[in-house]
Amino acid sequence: MASISTSCRAPTAEPAWVRWLLILAAMGFLALFLVLPLATVFAQALSKGVGYYLQALMDPMTWSAIKLTFLAAAIAVPLNCLFGLAAAWAISKFDFAGKNLLVTLIDLPFSVSPVISGLVYVLVFGAQGWLGLYQNAEHPWLPWLQHFLNAHDVRIIFAVPGIVLATMFVTFPFVARELIPVMQAQGRMEEEAARTLGAGGWQTFWRVTLPNIKWALLYGVILCNARAMGEFGAVSVVSGHIRGKTNTLTLHIEILYNEYHLTAAFAVASLMTFLALVTIVLKNWAERQGSARERSAF
Amino acid sequence: MAYAPALQLVVMKTGAKTFRVLPGFRFTLGYTLFYLGLVVLIPLAAAFTKAAELTWPQFWKIVASPMALAAYRLSFGASFLAALVNAFFGLIVAWVLVRYRFPGRKLMDALVDLPFALPTAVSGITLATLYAQNGWIGKWFAPFGIQISYTRLGVFVALTFIGLPFVVRTLQPVLEDFEVEIEEAAATLGANRWKTFYRVILPMVAPALLTGFALAFARALGEYGSVVFISSNIPLKTQIVPVLIMSRLQQFDYAGATALAVVMLVISFLLLLVINGIQAWRGRHHART
Repeated sequence: MASISTSCRAPTAEPAWVRWLLILAAMGFLALFLVLPLATVFAQALSKGVGYYLQALMDPMTWSAIKLTFLAAAIAVPLNCLFGLAAAWAISKFDFAGKNLLVTLIDLPFSVSPVISGLVYVLVFGAQGWLGLYQNAEHPWLPWLQHFLNAHDVRIIFAVPGIVLATMFVTFPFVARELIPVMQAQGRMEEEAARTLGAGGWQTFWRVTLPNIKWALLYGVILCNARAMGEFGAVSVVSGHIRGKTNTLTLHIEILYNEYHLTAAFAVASLMTFLALVTIVLKNWAERQGSARERSAF
Repeated sequence: MAYAPALQLVVMKTGAKTFRVLPGFRFTLGYTLFYLGLVVLIPLAAAFTKAAELTWPQFWKIVASPMALAAYRLSFGASFLAALVNAFFGLIVAWVLVRYRFPGRKLMDALVDLPFALPTAVSGITLATLYAQNGWIGKWFAPFGIQISYTRLGVFVALTFIGLPFVVRTLQPVLEDFEVEIEEAAATLGANRWKTFYRVILPMVAPALLTGFALAFARALGEYGSVVFISSNIPLKTQIVPVLIMSRLQQFDYAGATALAVVMLVISFLLLLVINGIQAWRGRHHART
């Protein structure tokens, strides 16, 4: 009983039995849907002992999947981060027509199914797509670009560039949507003051804006990175599923699972679960830092 | 005196906000539109132009085929039920996390984000194992003849899992900002706790609850990764729309996949508009109260 706060006054507090019932219902629901799955991952991964677990992680195919996953995130996250900064600057510091439409369009990839995100890139770059690899593609859209891709045998779909592009699409809004509300709430006065004091555009950005938004930026980057590394549906469509070449970690898990290497699949999954837990810890930390500093500004 | 007109001009310009103090408008907006077009809009347009190559009867034959209709039914039905369960338990979880103090609260609060942070493929194989007939949860249902993994029930379980954070995370800030004075007023006017809840608290959190429900529903409609593992993906029975699109793609039936994708895209855009509409209504609702 002592652990329940009694700060609420009696008429606005529920009877003790209602409180405990609600706590029990909430915890039961979360245990069933969150704690048990979490425990399952690690229990399954270690079910054949630590030796087997390490062996599964040391597999060369696992390593090449790890490398590709990091590569895709290392390209997609910085690009979307730059975009997020540019978009948030344009939207929060200036007034222009169609701003609401622009904000809605930026959120668009969130509401598109991952499978469709992959599909649209197949339609652009795939064999029969706008920039298809075959000389007689149905609709040569930019003939010079198609010619260039053909001449240099640049493969996009069922190859690494397609995986990077699909990752960029699904993680597109993350940084922008974290920065836009924070920068809109902070207004323009500090930057305008810096300008009247003689600071240049970049100087204003680096020394006034960036320190104000750094925690929101970090928050966005953490979420963007987690999604980039964990994306499955979209990369599944554009990947050639070639082991050691176009397999990301999530695709590697799928192959292991479908081949009934359950313990190995869960060993790799435990790696990604660990990453998810680190993401949650970092996210909470960035959130606390952000609410302590950025929101105390006004 | 000679400077006066020039000074007046500057004042007028800043007054009318045509003069921009901050630099970078053209550059940042230009880059935003360029990158948005390149990464999002042009590829999405490809889906519509590809679908436009079909005639209406061809398009209709694909999107209204028995297999597609069964997939819509399962996708919408399971997503709706999952969002409903999440709305109910999400309200309880958000309430408990905001209002009560008990051991393990912070841990639970942090764990709510797990479905966001966990890759869907990991969620998929984990839930499939957990709810299988010999799994930790599935084995309790097996004696009653209830199979969860590889059935429609499994699809519902996976969609509930991935939609879990939406209602909780939308409701939490609203409940945190909720003024206790309003509840006190209700109490002084003679309302008991239950009456205060459904006559005062529930109407005030309803817009946020609806937003969370719509977000969870929209997310569940497009979900692929977790469902593909826990469902047996049998056409007409346990196949959801994204899995149907994927199977069309694997058969190199791009026209078929695109036609279904366009239907889903239009539905997602409409849902996005509805969600934005609810949020605009929430803004006005909030301003009024």
